[in-house]
Amino acid sequence: MNFSDQFETRFAEMLTHYPTKRSALVPTLLYAQDEVGCLTDEVISELASRMDLTELEVRNVISYYSMLTTKPRGKYNVQVCTNIACLLRGGEELLDHCKGRLGIGNKGTTSDGIFSLEEVECIGACSWAPAVQVNYAFHENLTTEKMDRVLDEYRKKATQ
Amino acid sequence: MADLVSHPDEVKVVSRRFGQGAADIDRYLQLDGYKAVQKALAMQPDAIVNLVKDSGLRGRGGAGFNTGMKWSFVPKQSAKPKYILCNGDESEPGTCKDRLIFEHDPHAVIEGVVIAGIATGAHAGYIYVRGEYRYLLEIMQKAIRDAYAKGFLGKNIFGSGYDFEVYWHGGAGAYEVGEESALMESLEGKRGIPRIRPPFPAVVGLWGGPTVINNAETLASVPHILLGGAEWYAKLGPPKNGGTRLFCLSGHLNRPGVYELPMGYNLKKMIYDVGGGIPNGRTLKAVVPGGSSCPILTASEIDVSMDFDSMMKAGSMLGSGGLVVVDDSTCMVKFALRIMKFYQHESCGWCIPCREGTDWLKKTLVRFHSGGGVKKDIDNIQYLSENMLGRTFCPLGDAAAMPTISIVKKFRKEFEDHLEGRPCPFEKAGAAELIMA
Repeated sequence: MNFSDQFETRFAEMLTHYPTKRSALVPTLLYAQDEVGCLTDEVISELASRMDLTELEVRNVISYYSMLTTKPRGKYNVQVCTNIACLLRGGEELLDHCKGRLGIGNKGTTSDGIFSLEEVECIGACSWAPAVQVNYAFHENLTTEKMDRVLDEYRKKATQ
Repeated sequence: MADLVSHPDEVKVVSRRFGQGAADIDRYLQLDGYKAVQKALAMQPDAIVNLVKDSGLRGRGGAGFNTGMKWSFVPKQSAKPKYILCNGDESEPGTCKDRLIFEHDPHAVIEGVVIAGIATGAHAGYIYVRGEYRYLLEIMQKAIRDAYAKGFLGKNIFGSGYDFEVYWHGGAGAYEVGEESALMESLEGKRGIPRIRPPFPAVVGLWGGPTVINNAETLASVPHILLGGAEWYAKLGPPKNGGTRLFCLSGHLNRPGVYELPMGYNLKKMIYDVGGGIPNGRTLKAVVPGGSSCPILTASEIDVSMDFDSMMKAGSMLGSGGLVVVDDSTCMVKFALRIMKFYQHESCGWCIPCREGTDWLKKTLVRFHSGGGVKKDIDNIQYLSENMLGRTFCPLGDAAAMPTISIVKKFRKEFEDHLEGRPCPFEKAGAAELIMA
C-alpha cells in the first residue's frame, strides 16, 4: 500500500533513531492513522511486515493506546475533556451540549461523516479549562456559545 | 495557544524565556542559550553531577527524587550504550506545565538532555512527547533539526570531540506511559506495561543500557543551574528543595494559569493571591495540591509550604505541581468518582490489585453517587483502596488509592448524605433550590 512521501521520509528517519526497528512502531502507527483515517487491516499488515512483527503484535500495541483506532472516526474528532480540572469548569455540560448539537453520543459519528465525538481524559489544558481537542487543535476556555462557533467553523471547512 | 499569566511573586527561571520567541534557535542564543552545555563540556562529569546534587533539584514529574543523585547511579563503565530519556508524556490530571516548556523553550529541554548526557557519559538522548501534543512535537522536531544544523548536536558538538545525538519520539495516548519503566516499554514499541524493579533504569534501561529518565521541567532547569550555580538555585527554595517550580493552577479560581514560584511558597497565598481566590462568592472546600494522585487537602489544611518535605508532613504530596481548587458547590463523591474513573480507564491491567481494584471502586462509586449506596460501601471504598496501596507493580495503584482514601476520610458526611436512595445534594437543580432557600 502507498503512504505519502512525507510519511515515507519520516518513517525512514525514525528507523535511524533506534537500535531496533520495532521502537518506531508507536509514532509510526499514529502517523499512518492520520493519513488513512484509521488503522485498517491493510495498514496493520503493511507496518507489521515493515517492522518484522506479526500482525498480532501490532494489534496488541494498538489496543493499548487510546489515540489509536481500527474504526473510522469523523473527519473532525471532537474530544471533550471531563477530567477534574475541566469537570469543575463545565466539561460535562460541554460534552452534553456537543452530544445534543451533533446528535450523537460518546464515540459516535455524524451520518455525514464530518464529526465524531469522544469523551477524553486529561489533555493537559487544566489551567485553560474547559478544553476540547478537535483532531490535534486545542480549543480552550470554552463556553457552550464558543463551542458552537468552533463546531460551525469546522463544518464550514468540511463543506468547502 | 495556551495563554501566559504573571504575578509579582513569580521567580522566573524555567519560564524566563516564555513569550520571547525562544523556540527560534537564534533568539535562544541571544537569551544565553547553549552556554550551559559549553560550560558542561569543559567540566569533569562528576563535577556536573555534584553541582546538580548540591542545587537540591528534585524530580519535577512527581516523585521528587534528587536529580543529581539519580544521575550518580549510572555506572561509569557500561558494555551497552547509555541513554538519556526526557519524559514529556505529561498526563497527570491538573498538570499542564511541560506544554508551556515545549512551546516556549524547547531548546532548554534539548540542552538539559545533552548536559545530563555529558554528566553520565551517554551519547544519545530521546525526548518523548505525548501523542496529543502534536504541535509541540513539531516544535521539538524543528528545534532538534536547527540544533543539528548549528553543530550543537551530532558528532563533535561545539568542536569538543564529544558526540551526542538527540531524537524525538511521539506517544499515542496513555497515562501509564508517564511511569518511567512503562515509558521505556513504549519507546521500544510495546504496550506501556511497567517493568519489575530492580534492576532500576539507571542500570538496565532502554534496550538494556543504563538510562537516566527525567521529567521535561527537571531537564529544562538544568542549564539554569549550570549558569547560575548550585548555591543560587538551592537558595531559591527551602533546604533540600532547591529552586522554583511551575505550578499549574486550575479549577475554581479567578486567575487560573501556570505560575513559576519558589519552592516552599505558601499554598494559601497561592490560592488567594496568585490564583485570585474563589469566584462567584463561593468558598473553598478542598484542593488537590499536586495532580489528581495526591491526597486532597481541606480548606483548613492549606496553610502549608509547597515543597516536597512540607507536603509530605501535611499528609499529601507536592506531586507534579498541578493544583486543582475545589469550591463548596462541588460534590466530593462525584469528584472521587471522576478521579477513579480516570485511573480505571488508565490502568494497564498488568497487575491484579490495580486492574480489579480500580474497576470495583469505580463501580461502587457510580452506584453510590446515583443513590444506590449502603452504609457498608463507605468502609468498603476505604478498604479496597487501602488494599491497593503498595501492592502494585507501579505507582498507578497508589495514585488511585491515595486521593480516594483522603476524600472518604475527610468528607465522610458527604458520602452519608448520598445513602438510601437520596439524590445527590449537589446536583444542579438541588443546588439552585438551596441557594433560593
